[in-house]
Amino acid sequence: MKLVTAIIKPFKLDEVREALSAIGVQGITVTEVKGFGRQKGHTELYRGAEYVVDFLPKVKVEAAIKSDLLEQVIEAIEKAANTGKIGDGKIFVYELEKVIRIRTGETDAAAL
Amino acid sequence: MKKLLAVLALAGFTFAGPALGQDKPAAAAPGADKPAAAAPAADAKKEEPKKDEAKKEEPKAEAKPAPTPNKGDTAWMLTSTALVLMMSVPALALFYGGMVRSKNTLSMLMQVFVVFSLVTVLWCIYGYSIAFTEGNAYFGGFDRLFLKGTFDPAKGEFSMAATFSKGTVLYELVFVAFQATFAAITCCLVLGAIAERAKFAAVLAFIVLWFTFAYAPIAHMVWFWMGPDAYTSAKVVDEMNGKAGLLWQWGALDFAGGTVVHINAGIAGLVGAYLIGKRVGYGKEALMPHNLTLTMIGAALLWTGWFGFNAGSALEANGTAGLAFINTYLATACAVLAWTLGEAMFKGKPSMLGAASGAVAGLVAITPAAGNVGIPGAFVIGFAAGFVCLWGVNGLKRALKVDDSLDVFGVHALGGILGALLTGVFNDPSLGGPGFYNNWFEMKPGFESMVAQVWTQAKAVGVTLLWSGIVAAAAYKLVDMTIGLRVTEDEEREGLDVTSHGEAAYRT
Repeated sequence: MKLVTAIIKPFKLDEVREALSAIGVQGITVTEVKGFGRQKGHTELYRGAEYVVDFLPKVKVEAAIKSDLLEQVIEAIEKAANTGKIGDGKIFVYELEKVIRIRTGETDAAAL
Repeated sequence: MKKLLAVLALAGFTFAGPALGQDKPAAAAPGADKPAAAAPAADAKKEEPKKDEAKKEEPKAEAKPAPTPNKGDTAWMLTSTALVLMMSVPALALFYGGMVRSKNTLSMLMQVFVVFSLVTVLWCIYGYSIAFTEGNAYFGGFDRLFLKGTFDPAKGEFSMAATFSKGTVLYELVFVAFQATFAAITCCLVLGAIAERAKFAAVLAFIVLWFTFAYAPIAHMVWFWMGPDAYTSAKVVDEMNGKAGLLWQWGALDFAGGTVVHINAGIAGLVGAYLIGKRVGYGKEALMPHNLTLTMIGAALLWTGWFGFNAGSALEANGTAGLAFINTYLATACAVLAWTLGEAMFKGKPSMLGAASGAVAGLVAITPAAGNVGIPGAFVIGFAAGFVCLWGVNGLKRALKVDDSLDVFGVHALGGILGALLTGVFNDPSLGGPGFYNNWFEMKPGFESMVAQVWTQAKAVGVTLLWSGIVAAAAYKLVDMTIGLRVTEDEEREGLDVTSHGEAAYRT
């Protein structure tokens, strides 16, 4: 099993969710996050005070999947979240040791 | 300028009542008299014996009843009073509250809310008496402690306050309430300069001192006079002028509070910002406004409420109120455009905070001018205020090296000074201004020359800056030595909402 974490542009969330559903991903967790990468921040001006805002708002999407789905998931996210411009985000893939469904106690593949 | 009261239907004070037989009493009296006749007892009656002195100058005059307030005037002044209350709670509180960080939102709202209440109470205990009763050129007297003598329940009679028209009076209690809101909002204005770091108790203690020794006397100096009906003959003109406040005697014009409200509060704020010190992280961390939507709502409500502030300062529902109204409306619009244009030119992007700030700058600058200038004055004062106050929160603020958190000096003091000086220019009848009277018996125009009037205005500005600045410095020092002005650094970092008030504005 794998845990796929993708940092994407917020307005791409719906497309990514649809693409993941289409290939059979059963659930995702979404978090609003801030961070910086190669994309530059911006400045904000309040009367006389100028502030550089380095951290940009992004969305973090997490999906726990069976290993055989990995390539498809990566491809789906890559395609759906891509604008070709700097700041499109990144995908991280982790090994996933164990999964438990709280309601039934099912584990691993049965719990995904 | 406001004035004072004089005709006491009840106390039978001598000086003013009598005036009605004079100049053009007939014009004002009739409309007013009629309702009085039918009115219930509680409705200020004036069959009070007219005093004989009234007839001295004009023996042929029939004995007339003392004037009764016009119901339209009364309705307008009650409305104006409520509008000015709206300018503070909620408008000023939201305007300021949106500009602080989210962890200090409630502290800002709370300070405005409680200071407004505190000053209202002080006003009714002694503030009104010090500001608006006869005394010397600096302070009034104590005749009206606890508003004594404004209402006689046994007779159902109310005392009267003067307006700017002979034979036209206002219920003194209405005037008391109207002026109470001015005192209260002025004290609230100061709070923006020391936002996000002042101890709550210190704020209240400072306000008690500053209100007592700066606001009340300056209001007296600028706005107290005996009222038009006191000018019963050519002989008493000098005497009556001599009983007015110092700056009024000088001929300084301040329609609704350029000196009394904005310069007064602005310099007190600046002194406070110096004495309390910069916020932790100032210049290093981002101290950004947390919700400019609140600020926009506050500015918009300020604009609305300011019609009560400025047009209400005519004290009557008349042409001068109309002039003050359109000037307030127009100058503010000009200032919004000017600030927006200035930001677009010098900063690259026009901002909502800028537009809201421009509106307030325009409102401030037109305040002393409102009923004292014509339409040309409104255009110039409005546009000038937008550009000048934009500089006030940029170049000037950097030069002052002070953390005046919400730019009370850059907007209110600077805008007030600009407005006060330009009032001296645009009061000129040749520039469309109404001029003013300095002899309320012969109704002689007081406007001599633009240079002379601007100089008079400048002196009034200087007196206000010095008086308020010195009182503020002493009051802050006193409070700092006793209570301490500032919260601890840890409390400041955590935010005043939780550490001073035990609550949070937003759940996360």
